[in-house]
Amino acid sequence: MGTAPKTAAPASGRAATKKELPEHFKAYKHVWVFIEQERGQVHPVSWELMGAGRKLADKLKVDLAAVVIGPEGEATQSAAAESFCYGADLVYMVADNLLADYRNESYTKALTDVVNTYKPEILLLGATTLGRDLAGSVATTLLTGLTADCTELDVDTDGSLAATRPTFGGSLLCTIYTLNYRPQMATVRPRVMPMPERLARPVGRVISHPLGLVEDDIVTKVLSFLPDRDSAKSNLAYADVVVAGGLGLGSPENFQLVRQLAAVLGAEYGCSRPLVQKGWGTSDRQIGQTGKTIRPKLYIAAGISGAIQHRVGVEGADLIVAINTDRNAPIFDFAHIGLVTDAIRLLPALTAAFRARLSPHSRDRIAS
Amino acid sequence: MHIVVCIKQVPDSAQIRVHPVTNTIMRQGVPTIINPYDLFALEAALELRDQFGGEVTVLTMGPPSAEDSLRKALTFGADRAVLLTDRFFAGADTLATTYALATAIRKISTEYGAPDLVFTGKQTIDGDTAQVGPGIAKRLGLLQLTYVAKISALDLTARTIDAERRSEGGVQLLRTRLPCLVTMLEATNQIRRGAMADALRAARAGIVKWSAQDAGVEDISKCGLRGSPTIVKRVFAPAARSEKAALIESGEQPAEALIDAIFKRQPTLETELAALARGY
Repeated sequence: MGTAPKTAAPASGRAATKKELPEHFKAYKHVWVFIEQERGQVHPVSWELMGAGRKLADKLKVDLAAVVIGPEGEATQSAAAESFCYGADLVYMVADNLLADYRNESYTKALTDVVNTYKPEILLLGATTLGRDLAGSVATTLLTGLTADCTELDVDTDGSLAATRPTFGGSLLCTIYTLNYRPQMATVRPRVMPMPERLARPVGRVISHPLGLVEDDIVTKVLSFLPDRDSAKSNLAYADVVVAGGLGLGSPENFQLVRQLAAVLGAEYGCSRPLVQKGWGTSDRQIGQTGKTIRPKLYIAAGISGAIQHRVGVEGADLIVAINTDRNAPIFDFAHIGLVTDAIRLLPALTAAFRARLSPHSRDRIAS
Repeated sequence: MHIVVCIKQVPDSAQIRVHPVTNTIMRQGVPTIINPYDLFALEAALELRDQFGGEVTVLTMGPPSAEDSLRKALTFGADRAVLLTDRFFAGADTLATTYALATAIRKISTEYGAPDLVFTGKQTIDGDTAQVGPGIAKRLGLLQLTYVAKISALDLTARTIDAERRSEGGVQLLRTRLPCLVTMLEATNQIRRGAMADALRAARAGIVKWSAQDAGVEDISKCGLRGSPTIVKRVFAPAARSEKAALIESGEQPAEALIDAIFKRQPTLETELAALARGY
């Protein structure tokens, strides 16, 4: 169940096209970004959203606020201080030791209360496991609209949030409005928005808000937390170089050609959705709208045809290189450099050539 | 024990095509399937039922043809299937969907017993929002466990459930109270093949069909398009990039030619790549 693809606007009925914001929502002002932290670490998607939020706030001529929720102490304070460096005009903070671990009940209460008290017009969250868990609960509590996984956020001429996201399995884009409810909520996946520049800024105004709960009010208990071992964690979303393979590899064994090239480049490897569906690759390595969004400096797509679902996940890359036998494959419409050839044959040669090119001193090292 | 599993019949999005000229969706002939993520939720529910006893009710909201997916769920071994179908539900966004489903689950509670657990997949492959599970939980006042990789313990006497929940940086082991809503991650279990007896039963089984009125919807304006705060204003094809890929002529040494083209375009990449490659 989800946002079922709907028909386009003209047919969509009475409230659809006209903005008739009820009186009690007119007090809702300002753009907010939920700053996601887990065990003292702010997720970078929060700063990416601050960059997007800044643009919206400037266009609306309102303040940009960060919402920092976490335990009392240094980590939460520093998340607030960092928010100013990424453009926050002010920070709403709920600091309580009951918020040390993410739990849906306490975080939903904290965020819902701050929204009801200070009334933002727009509220943005990262489309992470935490952000989606929280956003769904908060939006339902507030009975407002929530647009998931946006790829573009803008403000239209009458000040409404225009949230664009892929639809129909990624084959088309649609722009979604929440005209008659507030706040207008949206989630954005990590790496969809560029990371804004960090500025050194003095700490600004922090408005603290109480959580208003005791431990007994929170039913769910965290029994333990097992952090991912570094070796097991793929850094795909934040990698500088990514090599990925698609159905053009022909067989699951050939996926190792992608991994070998990635190893030589010090890169992360990934795959397209059909590969995951065939069981040749795992979903944590899937690149595209339903997988990871990437923004590397170099992206090499081997045997990937380039459905829009994939395009959405990679178009933030600085340089896209496509290798495909089909000259008419859609990937050549958005790649920067293309080579019409069989990836299975080219990849070993490419790996060898890169190895030779990138380690010119290897002979010197052996000699010494 | 009673478990309600919410599933959705979705178009097999891998097979949707866009008309090359008109840029409209060509839906004719696209097969429908049970949302693949929901199958892991269904399997998790069936395993718990097999272990603890009780019943599994499968619920979906959709057009009358969504009956196919329910019948499929019955072949896997679900005990009962409920189809919520009414033109008033058409065009629902996630908020309106959760209103309808929560209402139906209340009705299921009165008719067949209150569920101890409600399961959904982590998200659908057509909407991809992951919002409906948390929305149903909020509407029904249930506790929620999303992105569950494993249900590690269920205590029906103490009314507690322990589950491993995937987070960005690791796995949380959580304990919460029943009734609870769980959204299951993919690849968490091996989906069973339907038994012959279940297939025969499913073919003959009656499917419970409820209209909005049957399900006890009190406010029709909270359903479908009218009940949806989000409004799709525009659907469009992504703009084509003005410049197409510069194609490298694959001559004698295509690999070398490709590397030359990459470094010519991004001269700083060579030193950066050398550093990355050495660091590896």
